[in-house]
Amino acid sequence: MSTPPDLELVSLTKRYGSTVAVDAINHHFHAGVYACLLGPSGCGKSSTLRMIAGHESVSDGSVVLGGADVSHLPPAKRGTAMMFQNYALFPHLSVTDNVAFSLKMKGVDTATRRKRALEMLELVDMTAQAERLPAQLSGGQQQRVALARALITQPQVLLLDEPLSALDPFLRIRMRSELKKLQRELGITFVHVTHGQDEALALADEIVVMNNAVIEQAGPAREVFNAPRTDFVARFMGGHNVVALPQGRVAIRSDRIGLTEPAQGRLDGRIVTIEYQGTAVTLNLRATGDQDIAALIPEEEFFANPLTEGATVGLTWDDAAMHPLRA
Amino acid sequence: MQNLLKSRHIAGWLLASPLAVVLALFLVLPIVMIVIVSFWGATEFSIYPAFQFDNYEFLFGSPVTYSVFLNTFKYAAITWVFTLVIGFTVAYFLAFHVHSLTWQVALFLLCTIPFWTSNIIRMISWIPFLGRNGLANSTLISWGVIDEPLEWLLFSDFSVILTFVHLYTLFMVVPIFNTMMRIDKSLIEAAYDNGATGFQTLTNVIIPLTKPGIMIGSIFVVTLVMGDFITVRFMSGSQSANVGRLISNDIALLQYPSAAATAVVLLVTVLIVIAVLLRFVDIRKEL
Repeated sequence: MSTPPDLELVSLTKRYGSTVAVDAINHHFHAGVYACLLGPSGCGKSSTLRMIAGHESVSDGSVVLGGADVSHLPPAKRGTAMMFQNYALFPHLSVTDNVAFSLKMKGVDTATRRKRALEMLELVDMTAQAERLPAQLSGGQQQRVALARALITQPQVLLLDEPLSALDPFLRIRMRSELKKLQRELGITFVHVTHGQDEALALADEIVVMNNAVIEQAGPAREVFNAPRTDFVARFMGGHNVVALPQGRVAIRSDRIGLTEPAQGRLDGRIVTIEYQGTAVTLNLRATGDQDIAALIPEEEFFANPLTEGATVGLTWDDAAMHPLRA
Repeated sequence: MQNLLKSRHIAGWLLASPLAVVLALFLVLPIVMIVIVSFWGATEFSIYPAFQFDNYEFLFGSPVTYSVFLNTFKYAAITWVFTLVIGFTVAYFLAFHVHSLTWQVALFLLCTIPFWTSNIIRMISWIPFLGRNGLANSTLISWGVIDEPLEWLLFSDFSVILTFVHLYTLFMVVPIFNTMMRIDKSLIEAAYDNGATGFQTLTNVIIPLTKPGIMIGSIFVVTLVMGDFITVRFMSGSQSANVGRLISNDIALLQYPSAAATAVVLLVTVLIVIAVLLRFVDIRKEL
């Protein structure tokens, strides 16, 4: 196929008995995009991914890839490949045999499939470990092998189920930049499930925030972060205050809140705690109407005019910083 | 004394010693005794200590020995094939087709119910079923499948192997089921994702990963069948022989040295079979 296909979810639904895990979601993933399905555990993001992959049957609606309904095709016939959370490498096979597994299943001869496998291993920089068993590899290396094994099927969409959660924090940051780089090189669609908003912001062109079996908000990463449309998105993405004002509930980024004299600002607040964070200082305030508000003040600005816990200050912000939330 | 107990070495030896003593007294010592007695001599009415190879010479010189050993191998091999096929299928069903843990436990317990009665009872309960006027024959006659009762149903190699399979299949099911339960289910999905069919997943993923369990089950079945004498005696109506019966006949005739020599040869044979099996699969990681 010359142009990579788009992936569409059309009122996709998953029911387990009487519980609805995914409730008629619609979304259009443009070809070649790095998309993150973001949400707390149990929100339906994994079920959605597994339905796209074909490892979970679709209760209702469809998965459309490149204009064709693939909802009832077996995983290998869809043009998708999945990378599992624990990598699911075959413990009895060497790295090369793991990567070449799908070719062996297709009946490709040994010499060709070894050659292709080594090409894939080169792509993920694992040729030196080609003859090892998975148990002899580190977590990061296992992930690269799992990537190579998924990519050797030449998928149009790569599905990643919490790929970084098994790694330590240092490795996680390194692997995520490699994932992003690889996606740019290959130009195929990546759909990445995660519960970490920092991971989603760092990687995604497009973030799809899910909660309670539905999509709360979808859009470019900056848009989702800067202009949350619901309470849930504002709280889940972090860095936001949800404030009830006479005109309704709004989200305001913590770093957009300024301090002024009491009664001079839009709200008054009493400082409950002060946390020094290095580049900034977080003030946790109790504002009028018993609302908890966090204000992130640049370090120099705070120490030019230090405040103490218990002091009352006025809180101010620009109109542009307010994002009204859907009820 | 205090310092002595604190030493890691001494403590280790002390902790290992009860088991070592039990094994030495009840395993090593009897085997050593058997080996010693196998060199003794015997008359019609007595045995006397000696160091002679008469028993072994007689054993290896007799054509009966070879045919009996061959028969024992035949029973072991055929029983192994049937218990493996049935055991693997049952374990596969329990591990991969039954999804709820409750049902897995329930069905597994169901498999063990026959073990609530003794071996002998389970064995002889086949006799009224398979006999000349037994349930099987009378049912087949009433259905019109056969006119004459089948003679080979009871007191034949068929009934011996049927009973062996009945008695020992569970010894195959348990270790295979145990290994299968440790297979990460996402491996099956990964195989499916890579385009493997159900059969390819079985041959490329499940069987290789179940090998240690298959090997442990095989060792159980092979050693149990090769050491058996009562099943062969009851179910063949004393018409077939295996090594176990050879030994039990010698003991009945008070020919202990000859029985001991046969036992030593059988033990060595079984050990060789196990050694060969272990060459194929490393079961250490399974234990």
